[in-house]
Amino acid sequence: MTEILIYVAITLALFVIGYMVRVYELSSSIRGKKQHIVTEGDNRLMARFMLTFLFAFFAFVIYNLESYGPRTLPESASAHGVELDWLFNFNMIILFIVFTITQIFLFVFAFKYYGREGNKATYLAHNNKLEMIWTVIPAIVLAIIIIFGLKNWNKITEPASKEAIVIQLYAKQFDWTARYAGKDNELGASNYKLITGENPLGIDSTDIKSNDDIVVRNEFHIPLGKEVEFKLNAREVIHSAYMPHFRSQMNCVPGMTTMMHFTPIITTAQMREKLNNPKFDYILLCNKICGNSHYNMQMTIVVETESEYNAWLSSKSTFKKKAAAPAEVKAVAAK
Amino acid sequence: MSAEAHTHHHEAHASHGHHDEHHHEESFVSKYIFSMDHKVISRQFLITAVIMATIAMGMSLLFRLQLAWPGEKFAVINMILGDKWGKDGILDPGMYMALVTIHGTIMVFMVLTGGLSGTFSNLLIPYQIGARDMASGFMNMLSYWFFFLSSIFMLAGFFTETGPASGGWTVYPPLSALPQAMEGSKIGMTLWLISMSLFIVSSLLGGLNYIVTVINLRTKGMSMTRMPLTIWAFLVTAILGVLSFPVLFSAALLLISDRSLGTSFYLSDIYIGGQALEQTGGSPILYEHLFWFLGHPEVYIILLPALGLTSEIISVNARKPIFGYRAMIGSIMAIGFLSFIVWGHHMFVTGMNPFIGSVFVFTTLLIAIPSAVKAFNYITTLWKGNIRYTPAMLFAIGLVSTFISGGLTGIILADSALDINVHDNYFVVAHFHIVMGVSAILGMLAGVYHWYPKLFLRHMNKKLGYIHFWITFVCAYGVFFPMHFLGLAGVPRRYYTNSAFPMFDNLVDINVFITICAIIGGLGQLIFLFNFFYSMFRGPKSEQNPWNANTLEWTTPMEHTHGNWPGALPVVHRWPYDYSKPGKEHDFVPQTVPLEEGELDGGGH
Repeated sequence: MTEILIYVAITLALFVIGYMVRVYELSSSIRGKKQHIVTEGDNRLMARFMLTFLFAFFAFVIYNLESYGPRTLPESASAHGVELDWLFNFNMIILFIVFTITQIFLFVFAFKYYGREGNKATYLAHNNKLEMIWTVIPAIVLAIIIIFGLKNWNKITEPASKEAIVIQLYAKQFDWTARYAGKDNELGASNYKLITGENPLGIDSTDIKSNDDIVVRNEFHIPLGKEVEFKLNAREVIHSAYMPHFRSQMNCVPGMTTMMHFTPIITTAQMREKLNNPKFDYILLCNKICGNSHYNMQMTIVVETESEYNAWLSSKSTFKKKAAAPAEVKAVAAK
Repeated sequence: MSAEAHTHHHEAHASHGHHDEHHHEESFVSKYIFSMDHKVISRQFLITAVIMATIAMGMSLLFRLQLAWPGEKFAVINMILGDKWGKDGILDPGMYMALVTIHGTIMVFMVLTGGLSGTFSNLLIPYQIGARDMASGFMNMLSYWFFFLSSIFMLAGFFTETGPASGGWTVYPPLSALPQAMEGSKIGMTLWLISMSLFIVSSLLGGLNYIVTVINLRTKGMSMTRMPLTIWAFLVTAILGVLSFPVLFSAALLLISDRSLGTSFYLSDIYIGGQALEQTGGSPILYEHLFWFLGHPEVYIILLPALGLTSEIISVNARKPIFGYRAMIGSIMAIGFLSFIVWGHHMFVTGMNPFIGSVFVFTTLLIAIPSAVKAFNYITTLWKGNIRYTPAMLFAIGLVSTFISGGLTGIILADSALDINVHDNYFVVAHFHIVMGVSAILGMLAGVYHWYPKLFLRHMNKKLGYIHFWITFVCAYGVFFPMHFLGLAGVPRRYYTNSAFPMFDNLVDINVFITICAIIGGLGQLIFLFNFFYSMFRGPKSEQNPWNANTLEWTTPMEHTHGNWPGALPVVHRWPYDYSKPGKEHDFVPQTVPLEEGELDGGGH
């Protein structure tokens, strides 16, 4: 019923508009006016709209900054992120200045130079000096932006130090698994052909490096002030490990291992206090379309002090113990 | 091409034109359906694109409803998508992905590539360079019909059991290669690939034709530096398309092969659906390289024609020469060249070698220089002008505004270090919609309003045009500007709902605001659709040169004759931008008016 009403309403509305336009056109042609010709009055009106738009636009931009700005990500919880935030703000200030100047010029000119009858535009085809200025100035500004940007990029992407804690993040449709490298800080080999229900990561149990590996789900912990290196893998399609609070992201690609690393500088508890939000958690999200449940592929990240971290990690059983567990149970049962 | 061949071609063409005009009665089918006339083909492209744009915009409204009010029931969703994908009026997550994917594909390819170049390159290249028609009318006709077929195949997915492709418009494998990965990677993906292959054929047939026509069929006196900037933009666009679309074709072929023939170009070490696949040794990153080798030039394939149209419209309506004509040509060429060496900026976080990333940062940021020159030149063209506000002029000024706003955020994304945290989130969505989506659509609409008298020999309603512009422009900023903040809050794109994450709970009202703007903006387009179709039949008849413009298309008679000019082809004596030239009686001097003694061409006086 509502559908039919909607259709009827749309059809009627179209008829009404059509009729009005027709009446308007006929009445203007009777008065000898050509409605499609732009008059000075039209120009003046549109020019005023242009100026009004300029003010409304900047009011809107300021409203956005005031109201939406505070809801963006909190301060960076990683060491490199602090510098990235500085760089972002530095760039944004430059961009905002350019944005303001150019939009003002555009709409003010659009307002000021509307067509008046009997007026003639100034014939100005080019001006080499001006064009030189606005080629060279952007070039200089961009050079500055590039230098600062690449300095940060090189720092972030240089290989992690040997002491960094190695953690594998394994993505599959639609969850994450983390594997700690354990005491030897080296991940055991894995192979997708070894994947089973009990061994979802396909860890090779014949590789002794895998013995002390620790596999965890739902949440993983990292210690404050220690560099963490992530080795990223995916099971079937591309995923992306996105940790917005740490300003870190890297794709997980089937068939290869990608890497990223950072040093957390604020614990979960500290961040909860800063944000005055006892429920706050750091989150790992998937940020590359990976299937229908892409929107709900998450893992909680807990940053804590080193002693808390060590206590948590030692409470988890290693890969070898877990693999052995069913066998022991069987042996006990046989006796 | 030798001078002899050049003139020979002209004569052949001229006599052909005369012949047809006087002795040939055409049937409806050869005149309107399988037409080889550039004017008819241009209208075919335009009407198809308008229909496709309406469909794609409708899709965006459906998924915007879901994003603003996740889990709410909307009768309209059930009405359109039925019980299968809109049970109880709640959008199915798989269908959400499909809508996002097909919305993107249609807008990028069918509307802003096929629709924009197809309409205006076809209409304006022969008209503005003084040619009887395209170099090959037959290829031109094929170009349209391949485009038409491609559009049909793109929509066909909605009428299959498992739905259309849904892996995002970039269709990265393995997601798109494995039918087990999602419903949309089944028959829908096959249809997407067929559609895209047909589209590439269409684009190549059209592009080669545009290039040959511009190079060979210019009328006497129409030197390269007397061509309007529209033609320069179309020429460079066509060259970009011809060089980059074949690479997408190869990417699509390899993907088809991986999907159907068991090869492993893009696949390696995959475990899915309870079994380990045989394929090893491939890499999805290969696909990304091939895709973005087209994908980035594609951005300029979309944008350059819109900028070309804007250059012409701003100059005509400001009644001033375009400022820095030669700098504008240089910028178009620089942008065209650079667009081929920046594709890696889409892949900063794929694990690509960081040094290569640095190179792409450098080349990408270089593009900002010619882009800035273009923006400044538009603004300077307005300075001390005598601006006539036709609806087209409003849209053109709107384009300059969005081109600047969207271009600036590109500087953040091009900076690899800063890209890390906004890559693939709403900051990107905001950026590319403003800089290429909104800008190109504004440019296209400007073109429709400006050249409507040439397309349909009538005028569109001016007042409706004004209303349409202000609704569109205000709502476009209303939709896309707040999205920057969603991105800075860390919201990933292509999420069916943000409600799975408590950290996004305080962003709900932003999404509601965006959706309301989108709905108002969408309804605003009904005004355009009405105006467009109504004026086709009932709009007031246009005079020959309604905007007092200089270019050659306005010297053709106000009827659609085969061969464009009834008599000899016009001869060009000057550049196209002599508006308000001192010492002239009128504020425009058509290109066909000979130079006076001692008068300088190209902006000197």
